[in-house]
This record gives sequence, C-alpha cells and structure tokens, in this order.
Amino acid sequence: MSALAIHAEGIGKLYHIGRRQTHRNLRDALTDTMTAPFRAVRARLSGAQGNGNSRGETFWALRNVSFDIEEGEIIGIIGRNGAGKSTLLKILSRITEPTEGRAVIHGRAGSLLEVGTGFHPELTGRENIFLNGAILGMSKGEIARKFDEIVAFSEVEKFIDTPVKHYSSGMYVRLAFAVAAYLETEVLFVDEVLSVGDGEFQKKCLNKMQGAGDEGRTVFLVSHNLTAIQRLCQKVFWLEHGNIVLSGTAKEVVGAYLSSTSTAVTEQEWPDPDTAPGNETVRLRSARVRPVERGAGDEINVRTPFAIEFEYWNLKPQARLNLSLVVYTEDGTMAFVTGPRGEPVWNGKPFPAGLFRSVCYVPGDLLNDGIHRLLLLVVENRSVVIYRHEDVLTFEVKEDISMRDGWLGDWPGATRPMLRWTTELMSPIAAEQRR
Amino acid sequence: MSTATAPEQTLAEAARAPMGAGERPVVVIRPTRGWTALRLGELWKYRELLYFLVWRDVKVRYKQTMLGAAWAVLQPLLTMMIFTLLFSKLAKVPSEGVPYPIFAYCALVPWTLFAFALAQSGNSLITSQNLVTKVYFSRLVIPIAPVLVGLVDFGIAFVLLLGMMAYYGVHPGIAIVTLPLFLLLAVATSLGVGLWLSALNVEYRDVRHTIPFLTQFWLFASPIAYPSSAVPAKWRVLYGLNPIAGVVEGFRWALLGTHRPSVPMLLASSAMVALLIFSGLVYFRRVEKTFADVV
Repeated sequence: MSALAIHAEGIGKLYHIGRRQTHRNLRDALTDTMTAPFRAVRARLSGAQGNGNSRGETFWALRNVSFDIEEGEIIGIIGRNGAGKSTLLKILSRITEPTEGRAVIHGRAGSLLEVGTGFHPELTGRENIFLNGAILGMSKGEIARKFDEIVAFSEVEKFIDTPVKHYSSGMYVRLAFAVAAYLETEVLFVDEVLSVGDGEFQKKCLNKMQGAGDEGRTVFLVSHNLTAIQRLCQKVFWLEHGNIVLSGTAKEVVGAYLSSTSTAVTEQEWPDPDTAPGNETVRLRSARVRPVERGAGDEINVRTPFAIEFEYWNLKPQARLNLSLVVYTEDGTMAFVTGPRGEPVWNGKPFPAGLFRSVCYVPGDLLNDGIHRLLLLVVENRSVVIYRHEDVLTFEVKEDISMRDGWLGDWPGATRPMLRWTTELMSPIAAEQRR
Repeated sequence: MSTATAPEQTLAEAARAPMGAGERPVVVIRPTRGWTALRLGELWKYRELLYFLVWRDVKVRYKQTMLGAAWAVLQPLLTMMIFTLLFSKLAKVPSEGVPYPIFAYCALVPWTLFAFALAQSGNSLITSQNLVTKVYFSRLVIPIAPVLVGLVDFGIAFVLLLGMMAYYGVHPGIAIVTLPLFLLLAVATSLGVGLWLSALNVEYRDVRHTIPFLTQFWLFASPIAYPSSAVPAKWRVLYGLNPIAGVVEGFRWALLGTHRPSVPMLLASSAMVALLIFSGLVYFRRVEKTFADVV
C-alpha cells in the first residue's frame, strides 16, 4: 500500500482579465478608493455582487479540480493551450494561490517550471550551479555533495569556470538541466522542460526522470510531447477549460485526447492588436496553412506543396526578428524545424515597427499523412525565443492512394519523401553464363 | 521460508514507516484570507538562498565595473566634496565643532547604505520577476538581500571614515560602543522602507519613478548637510520621526563626539522604524499572494 503524495480537492483559480497587462497606477487606486462607497451602494441597490465584474471580466482558469496521487507515481498532464495546465502546476508549486479549494502535499516539493531559473550570465558555471541549486531549494551541502555528478551530467567540465555568457546555447541548457536533474525532492513538478536540448541529451533526461519514479519519488509532468508522456507516465490527466475531463492510464487518455484534437484548425485571425496573442514586442494577426495558390481549408495531401503563412505586428522598432516553425506529427514526434535562413529581404535585418507577413513554403512529397500540429516560435537576434505559441495551427495531410504503388499497409515515418532512385540492369545472368 | 520472511518484512516496514512519515513535511495549499501570518520562521528556512542572492549581487556588482570596490567609497566621498563646497564654504553651515568634511562624510556613510537599499530593494521584486513567477521561496528574501549587499559597501566606506578620523585627529569617546545600535537602526530603516516600496512597486509601477525623487527629498530632510541643532528644539521630536535623523545623529555622537542626540528624538526614530517594519511585513504578506499574477 502506497502513501498519498498529493491530495487536491476543488481547486479553482479566478483571473481578472484586462487587469493582467495594465499595471494599476496610483491615480486609479486613489479614484477607486474615493468612489468605493458609492460603488458599493450602487451595487447593493442593483442587487449585483460587490466583488465581481466591476473591474472588467473574470474567468476561471481552473475549477473543481480534485485528485489523489500516490507516492512514486509519475503523472502526466495534457491538454490544449490555455486549458489550465500551467496554472495547476503553479498552484501546486505554491507560486500562486488558488482562489478556492485546497491541496495537501506530503514531502519536500520542488518545481522545474523552467531550466536555469536565476542563472546569471556574468557568473561562471560553477557559481551558477550553486546559485540555481539554492533557488530550486537545495542546501549548500547538498549541492556541494552532488557537484561532481552535476558537472559530469552537463558535459561542460572544461568550461565550468567560464562565465556562462560565453556558453553556447546548448551548453547553457545542458548545465541548467543538470542542476535541475539533481533536484531530488520527494515531489517534483515539471513543466515542458523536456523540450530543450538535442536528442541525445533529451534521452538522458527522460531516463533521469524515469529513475525518479523508480526511486519512489512523485513526478507531476506537463508536456506536449505525447511520446514522452506515454513512455514515462502511469497515469494521465487531460485538462480542458480548467477541468479534468479524463483521467486514466496513459494509453487510454492520450488516445482519447488525440482523437478529439483531430479537428483541423487551418486558419486563425486576431483582428484586434490589443487582444491578439503575443507580447510587447510581437503580436499575431493571423495564421493559416493552405495549398500554394489556394485558400485555407482546401485539401492538402501528401503530394501538395503548401504554404504556412503568418501576419504579425512588430511593436519594437529595430527588433531583429525571425519566425521559427516546428512541425509535429500526431503522436508528438517532431517532423522538422524551419526558419527563414535563406529569406532574401528581411532575414537578419532590423524590423521597423509595422505589420509583417512571413510565408514558409513546404514542398509536396515531404510529410507523411496524418494530423500535424504546428508550434510557432518568434526569435529575436537569432537566439532568444521571445514568444511561443503551441498548436497555433493543426492540419491534416491526406493520403494520396495513387502514389502508394499498390502498397496499402501502414506507411510509417514522420516524412514520406519522394526520393530519386535509380535501378539499372548491370548484366543479365543468362548472358554471364553464356560467356 | 515464506512464513518467516513475511512477518520480518512487515516488521522492517513498521520500523521504517513512522520515521519516514515523521520526516516528510506536509504542506497545505489553500487560499489565505484577511490577516495572514507573517511566517518569519519560513524566512529562516531560506537563509541559504538569501546568502546566495547577496553573494551573487556582490560578485556581479564588482565583476564588470572598472573601478570595482572603489565605487563604494567614491559615491559618499564625492558627495562630501560637493557638500563641503556648497554648505561649508558658501553657506557657512555650522558643523558642531568638527571639521565639516568629516561631519558630512560620517553622515553620508549610513546615508549611502540607506539610499542604496531604497533604490535596490524598492525595485527588487520587479527585477526578480523571473524568479517570482517560476519558483516558490519566501519572497521576503528578495527585498532583504539588497540591504545586506549595501552593508558590504558600507564596510568599505566605513574603513575610509576611520582613516579620515585619524587624519583629522578626531577620537571617539566611550559612546562608540553604541555604534552597532545605530547601524542596526539604519539597517532596520532600510528594511522597513524596502519592504513597503518593493510591494507597492508590484501593484503601482509609479513607485519606480518616485524613488529617485524620494531619495533626493529624504536626503535634505535628514541632518546630513547640516546639524539637527539647526532645527528648532520644539520640532526635534517630530523631526525624529524621520529615522535617518536618529541614525545620523547617533553616528556623529558615537564617532565624532558631537552633542548627544536627544532621547525623545531617538525614541521617536525607533518607534517609527518598528512601525515601518511591522506594517511593511503585513503589507508585503498581503500583496505577496498576487505577486506571481501581477508582476
């Protein structure tokens, strides 16, 4: 019989929209205080609730979330953007308070919502290990004990006394993850950190994560990488609009989730720059995927060349921006990553503030059939991801039976390229014998 | 065989279980309402993090500057020169029998500590938003760390003060034993103001723009360029409500042997600091739960 690690009942989180971006200034606060008695009277007269909608709209990012997790379980959380996954993680790791409900966590808890939190570019690798470790909640003695292992795991031994500002981004991430990997608390909350690093390193991280579960530690994992979720997690929660809509074995839940998300979203528009997704540097106006020369919604099959098109406002003059696209297949495998490296006009140049359109042309005979999801990254100075938008588009690449040459079985692989082949008859066997 | 191992196992488990259960801390997460506890014990739990944040700031502060630690001395020293020129040479401000340069510098050393804490601590939560939104720890360490960083600069500037005292032949009397108390008062004032400003800054970004002005105003509202004897006696207690007045008078008395600060004024300063810190803690804790949502 295992002991309970996390018990949550009726967790809810209410956010006030509209107050999120505009920081209040003193003038507003003063006017608020002055008019508060009048508002209260008016609210009472009209019978409305005093607390609710007087300051813009509110929405529940989470509502009535309850669950029990046993010690040693690895739990996966899946769901679309804005389903409340990150909010749940932030509440459980005590970064923000729930509006209602309660949760009890047994054991020391640590959270990895980001790798390298608090890393300082001027400090050396060695110094950052101690600093980051302390921020994650490790004691000085604990870090000193694990120091050699951390350094070995990170594979940056040679540069451990170099300021991390001189590190390549790969080294930086490896060092940051190495510290995180040795955070050995009894309960661990992890958000999407597996999506960093190269393939080899990711594999190492996955193994480390699996090891945590084997040692009886409880891991709470949010990820878009469904392959990793299926490999690591015994139990999966699917969050939708702030509720757990399904929980069960990884296979069961991931399967149900996949079949529900198969609805394609080939076009999205956000006409109002104030509410469009983005940040203070960049905001999206539209995103669409369409066959070249035709509109969004028209069929794309394995042979069709298609275009992925984004319109966006650059709000920061002189920003050197580029988009970067990651295409995932239905099961979360990364098919390819692309950026405008050969783009002739704007690539690497400072962007004036304004509305831009970038189009990525994908040739036919590249992707395999099936649902594909698209992750959009906006990168500044070719190195810093300033905005990411998961599942910005979802599109289906249809089968083209005529190209299968009679083979009707499963066609595996993330891509289905039409490659040049040659076959020649070098010499007939009969002729050789005759000689 | 199997009958023998089974009870053995349960015994072993029973022996292990209470220990394991006792070691595991239990955290209850729920919305807090109304008056929240100050949770100062939690701060003790994060003392190592506080140490590392101070260590980081000290290290980074001196790593990239050309003059390094000299900055700790230059700031009060240059201000002293300007004050000497303006207030002593031009305005003929009295300096209670000690040479004006050391009269001013002795006040500028704790003042620089306070002004540094005011600016750094006041902006600390904003500049650490990447931490606040990603990891949980006692948020109190964030405004406290810059005050301790300021103490390092204070130490360096203080050594120069001792040198100046030797140069001008100023010998402190027995009153020097009270100096730690006045340093404590200076640190406490910095903390109190830091707590208030950092929390206010999260809610109202105006604070950021107010800090430079506030610092300037406060400088002239404190007896740094002039002696507090310039203030009419009946206003002294009221004047003491500015805790920096108490700090500066105390420093001068303890080190330079000027007149003893009036007890009512010191009491007013101490009471004010206690109030600042307590109310600062309460306000900080109240605003704290929204930090991650607002920052």
